[in-house]
Amino acid sequence: MPIRFEVNGKLVEVEVEPRTSLADCLRHGLRLTGTHVGCEHGVCGACTVIVDGVAVRSCLMLAVQAEGSQIRTVEGLSDDHALSPLQAAFRKHHALQCGFCTPGMITTAHALLSEEPDADAARVRDVLSGNLCRCTGYIPIVEAVLEARAAYQAQDKGDRK
Amino acid sequence: MRATNSFVGSPIERVEDLRFLRGRGQYVDDLTREGLLHAAILRSAVAHGRIRSIDVSAARALRGVHAVITAAELGPKPPVIPVRLQPLPILEPFHQPVIAADRVRYVGEPVAIVVAESPALAEDALDLIGLEIDPLPVVADRHVSAKNEVLLFEDHGSNLAIEYRAERGNADAAFHAADFVRRESFGVQRHTAVMMEPRGVMAEWDPAQGKLIVSGASKVPFFNRRILAKQMGLAEDAIELVENDVGGGFGVRGEFYPEDFLIPFAAKFTGRPVKWIEDRREHLIASNHAREAECEIEIACRKDGTILGLRGQAHIDIGAYTRTNGMVGARNVAQFLSGPYRVPNIQVDVALHLTNKTPVGTYRGPGRFETDFFRERLFDLAAADLGIDRVEFRRRNLVAKTEMPYALATITPYEAKDELDNGDYQAALDQCLREFNWVEKATLDGKLIDGRYHGMALGCFIEGGAAGPSESARLALETDGTVSVFVGSSAVGQGLETVFTQIAADALEMPMESIRGVYHGSTGYVRDGFGSYHSRSVVMGGSAIVLAAESLRKAIREAAATALDCAARDIEILDGRAASAGGASIALADLAAKGLAVEEVFSNHKHTYAYGAHAAHVAVDPKTGHVALIDYVAVEDVGRVINPMTLRGQVIGSLVQGLGGVFLEHLVYDENGQLLSGSLADYLMPTASDFPNIRAFVSGLHPSPINPLGAKGAGEGGLIPAGGVIANAVAAALASLGVQPCRLPLSPPRVWEMIEAARKARP
Repeated sequence: MPIRFEVNGKLVEVEVEPRTSLADCLRHGLRLTGTHVGCEHGVCGACTVIVDGVAVRSCLMLAVQAEGSQIRTVEGLSDDHALSPLQAAFRKHHALQCGFCTPGMITTAHALLSEEPDADAARVRDVLSGNLCRCTGYIPIVEAVLEARAAYQAQDKGDRK
Repeated sequence: MRATNSFVGSPIERVEDLRFLRGRGQYVDDLTREGLLHAAILRSAVAHGRIRSIDVSAARALRGVHAVITAAELGPKPPVIPVRLQPLPILEPFHQPVIAADRVRYVGEPVAIVVAESPALAEDALDLIGLEIDPLPVVADRHVSAKNEVLLFEDHGSNLAIEYRAERGNADAAFHAADFVRRESFGVQRHTAVMMEPRGVMAEWDPAQGKLIVSGASKVPFFNRRILAKQMGLAEDAIELVENDVGGGFGVRGEFYPEDFLIPFAAKFTGRPVKWIEDRREHLIASNHAREAECEIEIACRKDGTILGLRGQAHIDIGAYTRTNGMVGARNVAQFLSGPYRVPNIQVDVALHLTNKTPVGTYRGPGRFETDFFRERLFDLAAADLGIDRVEFRRRNLVAKTEMPYALATITPYEAKDELDNGDYQAALDQCLREFNWVEKATLDGKLIDGRYHGMALGCFIEGGAAGPSESARLALETDGTVSVFVGSSAVGQGLETVFTQIAADALEMPMESIRGVYHGSTGYVRDGFGSYHSRSVVMGGSAIVLAAESLRKAIREAAATALDCAARDIEILDGRAASAGGASIALADLAAKGLAVEEVFSNHKHTYAYGAHAAHVAVDPKTGHVALIDYVAVEDVGRVINPMTLRGQVIGSLVQGLGGVFLEHLVYDENGQLLSGSLADYLMPTASDFPNIRAFVSGLHPSPINPLGAKGAGEGGLIPAGGVIANAVAAALASLGVQPCRLPLSPPRVWEMIEAARKARP
């Protein structure tokens, strides 16, 4: 069946089976392979994308449920020229090794800091504890997210003006 | 190397990150091809049985299914997978066939493979296969295995695959003469790497060229190509193994598994490209398990704590077959029981038992995690009995700088000798005590504060690396004046491209931007390669790059001398040009036009030993059994630091993985050989909130004497001492109750049970 939604600011129409997950639709239907699938049962968080502003496990959501939604994937968080503040902080703090969990970490952290730019370390750890990473031991990821807060705080102030 | 170019030793941000952070990595499941088909694998749901019948007619009839392959399609005898590390003829009866023909020996063993238009269709077709298996009694653990009432391989007559012995000096004589002997039993639970990206294979067969391309390779592609060529009846150079981005290896990914034959076979069989991506449930029953080990060991000492000997028997449950590297953990348990300590007399026997469980392989720090847990626990028990301070006990027995190189126990039947290369073990211990603030913190030992018992512990370790025999590097000067680096090493997510760029840039005396790229892990790049395992990449691949850089500079000088009509020794290479003493110069880009490339091989048969000390502060809640990690200090000297940032990442990442093994991770089987922890909701791994208090201190104060970089393998050390240190800290915390943890994991229910048992045992 055909479905339509917006992904990274672009309206797309794609043909899916009713049973197709949003993750598979993004990866194989739309070739947005930055979103990764690590467990297919909603535990690892590698497939996290942002649907209408909320961090969602795209392996647990059917593609048809995304009809009419606005979706952001890791590919939509920066352009060719520069890394986003969150991505740059990940690089600076060596918050990624194999890179497989990274898109889910980035989208999760982006959704968190967009809502809560002042999140403290405990809150960051708590939210990220829904995403598994097997390489880094998480400490540098938390350091990176805490550093990136400044950019979101500045954005937040700008929005309120 | 010129001092002005010092990328080596600097915390350079990784070159890989730019693609990973933007979602532009290319992992094997990100690949697609015109006409791509998808495979799914039917696996035995029975741990032990005889296949009575397989009816694939309904599956074959399903629209969109292109093939259903069983053992029948593979000829009279399906190929088997050989042992890669430490092979012996006596292990051959236990090699795993790529598909089960008439017998299944573990839950997860491949029985049939479906190739269809989509992964979902392939899975639909699996449900239509009628598989009937007559169950046999299950050998569920090593105790049942040892009875030999039910045999996995009747022709062999026993479930004991092999026994190893580690030997040095005369242990029996040492124990006979000792003032003090202490014996204890220990156990480590079955767990494994569980990297975030499941395994995957994509194969393309070109009938016109007679060529096979297999993507998804990793770790040891050249070795795997040799196996596959033999199995497929193809010449090695008719096969290309391609390494893509890899979502974690940790020893488990990249060994030769049944799917590494089945998917290429399916591609040739169907004449279409075929891809298979392991799902997580599959991963937990199909990929190598590790770590399941028990032992009874004893220590002999003088009254003053001087160790005279270690002696004992260990038992390893290796599962249903001997996989490519399934022997390594067992032999390491035996050989590295002595760790960084001076133990003149050793006799450790290890028995490898076959059971109806998923076969084992190596997982980061194979055997070392287990044996360090055994040793460090035994040391604390012995020190307490002798009334000697734990730190002092270790200090007295660490191998001294002046004793290097120091011989380890020899392993029979391989007659494998090894020695510790160099280092100042005492200095690492002292640094750890300082950073941890041991003297002050030790006063909290055993104290009950706000309802929790606090405890400290400390342990020392070694980490082996640099497995031989050699590694290749090819450097090519490109027509834009940059240099491409091709290596036989493999990238499994550890940041190889960055550290090799640093090494190459320094050795070539060029800026990092002049290194066009590091190309690794595929069989097309160099003549032969040995890959990435045993923490060997930096030492072996890095040293090969250093040799090749020297050759390339020489070749550039010679080419420039010809072009500029001067002597090669008068040529200086600077800023993308080769200049003569007389002032004439030629651009490297122009020299490249004629084709300038060199390939060098670095050979080495010795091992490096990084070393260090860890200390932990825990708080145990006696009401719940929960152990909180209050502070953890990891100190390691790795000979030479290439990139302190990525090295710290390796230490902390490895340690947290190890803490998973200490507290959480457990592949639990029932008596029918069924895996009970078969999802990530059941197999618990550390999360961001579990272990936030870790401090790592890495240094390169004592370069290894056995390679031009002075580097040592450094990817595994973080987890090696974790079990012993944490268990000793828990014992110290609960000393007033007399709790002595001797088995992992230290999950809350198990710690709580130990506390309750200890309380009941006391009057």
